[in-house]
Amino acid sequence: MSGLAAHLPALQVVVPLFAAPLCLLAGRAGLAWLIVFVASCLATATAAGLAYQTFQHGTLSYPLGGWAAPWGIEYVVDTANAFILLLVSAISTVVLMYAPASVDREIRQGRRHLFYCMFALCLTGLLGIAITGDAFNVFVFLEISSLSSYALIALGGHRKALTASFQYLVMGTIGATFFLIGVGLLYMMTGTLNMADLQARIPAIQDSRPVLAAFAFITVGLALKAALFPLHLWLPNAYAYAPNVVSAFIAATATKVSLYVLLRFTFTIFGAKFAFLDLPLHWVLLVPAVIAMFAGSFSAIFQRDVKRMLAYSSVAQIGYIVLGIALSSAAGVAAALIHIFNHGLMKAALFCALGCIFHRIGSVRLEAMAGLGREMPWTMAALVAGGFSLLGVPLTAGFISKWYLIEAAFEAGLWWLVVLVVLSSMLAVVYVWRLLEALYFKPVPEGRAAVAEAPLSMLLPTLLLAAANIYFGLDTRLPVEMAQSAATILIREQIW
Amino acid sequence: MSGEWLILGAVGLPLLASLLIWLTGGSPNQRETVTLAAAVTLFVIVGSMLPLQLAGAPLRVELLSPVPGVAIAFEVEPLGMTFACVASFLWIVNSVFSIGYMRGNDEPRQTRFYVCFAIALGSTMGLAFAENLFTLFLCYESLTLSTYPLVTHHKNDEARRSGRTYLALLLGTSVVLLLPAIIATWVLTGSLSFEAGGIMAGKVSPLVGGILLLVFMYGIGKAALMPMHRWLPAAMVAPTPVSALLHAVAVVKAGVFTVVKVTVYIFGLDYLRELATADLVLYLAGFTIITASVIALRQDNLKRRLAYSTVSQLSYVILAALILSPLSTMGALLHIAVHAFGKITLFMAAGAIYTAAHKTEVSQLAGIGRRMPWTMGAFAVGALSMIGVPPAAGFLSKWYMLLGALQVEQFFAVAVIVVSTLLNAAYFLPIVHAAFLKPEASGGQEPTGPGHGEAPLPIVLALVTTAAGTLLLFLFPGPALELANMLVGR
Repeated sequence: MSGLAAHLPALQVVVPLFAAPLCLLAGRAGLAWLIVFVASCLATATAAGLAYQTFQHGTLSYPLGGWAAPWGIEYVVDTANAFILLLVSAISTVVLMYAPASVDREIRQGRRHLFYCMFALCLTGLLGIAITGDAFNVFVFLEISSLSSYALIALGGHRKALTASFQYLVMGTIGATFFLIGVGLLYMMTGTLNMADLQARIPAIQDSRPVLAAFAFITVGLALKAALFPLHLWLPNAYAYAPNVVSAFIAATATKVSLYVLLRFTFTIFGAKFAFLDLPLHWVLLVPAVIAMFAGSFSAIFQRDVKRMLAYSSVAQIGYIVLGIALSSAAGVAAALIHIFNHGLMKAALFCALGCIFHRIGSVRLEAMAGLGREMPWTMAALVAGGFSLLGVPLTAGFISKWYLIEAAFEAGLWWLVVLVVLSSMLAVVYVWRLLEALYFKPVPEGRAAVAEAPLSMLLPTLLLAAANIYFGLDTRLPVEMAQSAATILIREQIW
Repeated sequence: MSGEWLILGAVGLPLLASLLIWLTGGSPNQRETVTLAAAVTLFVIVGSMLPLQLAGAPLRVELLSPVPGVAIAFEVEPLGMTFACVASFLWIVNSVFSIGYMRGNDEPRQTRFYVCFAIALGSTMGLAFAENLFTLFLCYESLTLSTYPLVTHHKNDEARRSGRTYLALLLGTSVVLLLPAIIATWVLTGSLSFEAGGIMAGKVSPLVGGILLLVFMYGIGKAALMPMHRWLPAAMVAPTPVSALLHAVAVVKAGVFTVVKVTVYIFGLDYLRELATADLVLYLAGFTIITASVIALRQDNLKRRLAYSTVSQLSYVILAALILSPLSTMGALLHIAVHAFGKITLFMAAGAIYTAAHKTEVSQLAGIGRRMPWTMGAFAVGALSMIGVPPAAGFLSKWYMLLGALQVEQFFAVAVIVVSTLLNAAYFLPIVHAAFLKPEASGGQEPTGPGHGEAPLPIVLALVTTAAGTLLLFLFPGPALELANMLVGR
């Protein structure tokens, strides 16, 4: 490879990073949007290029600034993180298409270019976490994405957005600090921060107390960032009070990236034998995952604010993903990765549709949304498609997730887990149906003026996401093949 | 036209029609023309497959594979052919009836009604021709979801409540039981294709197979095996055309059709004989037949009585499939067709009575036969078919079931069939008797005073056609029997 193609790994992060200060300099919302949008499009193209290169040449290694690893920072791209990069950048691009109308409605004039600046930083952070092959560098990007998302959430219109952001800041910082302590302990014991080196050196000292402590700190820290029950408390408020664009973007990507790092550390760096056979990670993940599936869905049923409802639903869905990880088999990890992808699609579609509704009626509470089915048919179509995907109705992406998860559980011989998965998915039927009944059956509340369909610039991206939910329920080659190949790359030692 | 295109046409045409119906929604006449044209074309397409099928030509088409190794694929086989023929023919008749009923009662939201109806028919065709359990499951779920708006058509509280029961039971059983059963089959056997003789023998231990059988039987909620039957009476809040075609033919037959498919092509009759739970399911079906009949006896609302009768008749098919003799399997296939014709006649008669006289209760029907002779005549034919008396076609399927049961000395099944026949007579004949022989309860008015007459012409035309069909099926059972023979490989 030569020319530009050889530098794609660096460009993946550098392009959105440079978009951020440019936004600040631009000073105007329209121009700032254009800069971020172009950067995001380029990032998507880069991610697609990287995915193609990994299929052609296998794992790519890129020494940043020409400093060879382990002295310099190394970017490593294989199918696993190419998959995540593609998801994050593609969702970001679609959400940005949707952003201008929504941002104009929700964010005060004069702050809009700052919003785009933060968005670019958040995107940079998430892409950086996924691409880097250096454990400390993960922390750096984790902080970039976290700090920018605290700011993004605080920009939400409601005053409670500030407390939501503060709550997230406190818990997120604890999570990041835990992760940093873990990485520090590993550095103390091995003298390296490069992931490949860590992987080579840990087995010799894996029974030492600092390594065990490091593993615990890293797992808990990442579980906090990924909002695994019971460390999810920051999530409902953060999603509910953030601007709609931010809810859509963060719900679809942020927790997913943390889960990817969890996968990378558990299966590649520490190894499945250490994590699942020497240590009881199986149960440590399985029990919270199952409780999350039920508690998340159960809480969702009682929410009257639909954004909060979807936030709790996310807690449950993260449970499904972690369940796949806890199975610790190739099939389980593949199922987790497939659901990371599909859940990103469905939550992005749903939050975008809610953003359209908010744009028109200024609320996303169930009672305010009553009877909208007739007035905003296209938005509702997207909402129904996203909702069906969330339920796992056949021919939607959600069904494919459910199929692989159940298949993996059967293969592991855990039939009782199958029972729990299907039972908890029935709870999703209840809350999704509450929403659909409100939209289609309840009469229009008094005093609400007739509303028109959302503006086209918001509607089209929403419909695009909804269509993606159906497309990836039919043609599953991209997510399934990438996830299966990623699972075999991530798991360096088979334990089943 | 090649077989592939015929299948794709059969599945795709109703879906295309639903789009056209939606687009022509502004003009009711155009819209109804589209419905009728689609129904007739569909029947022609399905009908033209029949000779190919009887000649033994393979009809198969494979689309994409959402899960590696598991494709969305369609293949025509005798059972599916029977189901598709019956459903597509009755769609024509029922569309005529719908037009009369929906206009006669000034029902709201008619465009949505016809759109959902067409989608439901498309799902039914897909289900009938499904080549594997995966495809069948997709169509099964899409049938549930496309009929939900029809059940909740009136959008009032009762409709919403019933809609919840409908979804909770149908979606619940299919997601909690059927889907895991299908995935377990996939993991255990590495296949989901329907194959003659089944795919489980030698791969699944009888213990696991026995559990799977139970999970399948309760997972197929549409077959209404008690206690999973409650969605069917709930669905009666829908307009009568929906009850007639969907909840007497398409949806419920989809359930028992799936049961027969699973028993014949997934488990296989020989393998089922090894399973301890096969008899258990037989007893459950027998229990459902008798209990539902007893409940039907006590219903005064005509549509509810018919609904419980359907619950009972559906379990005949399950019973016949689980008798595990080829003759009774033939009976199961015949009963799917025969019951469809009989029950749709009865429902359309109920709709005709509602449209003309606005009566819904059995106790109001005294003397109505003199005002609506065609309607009640057809009702009588349908009732005879339910009981299983010649010259109605119901006799045919019961005959084969009994033959099969006697052949394998399954006396429990024989007893159930005999007792339930008496019960059927007990809840249908009094209606016919009252309608024709009792004087009209006038409430002080002159019985000859100005009142209602027959229902609108399209309605009468439709129900007379299906009643005639019930008789013709008895007199000319040739093609149906031939398909039944093919099913059991004779």
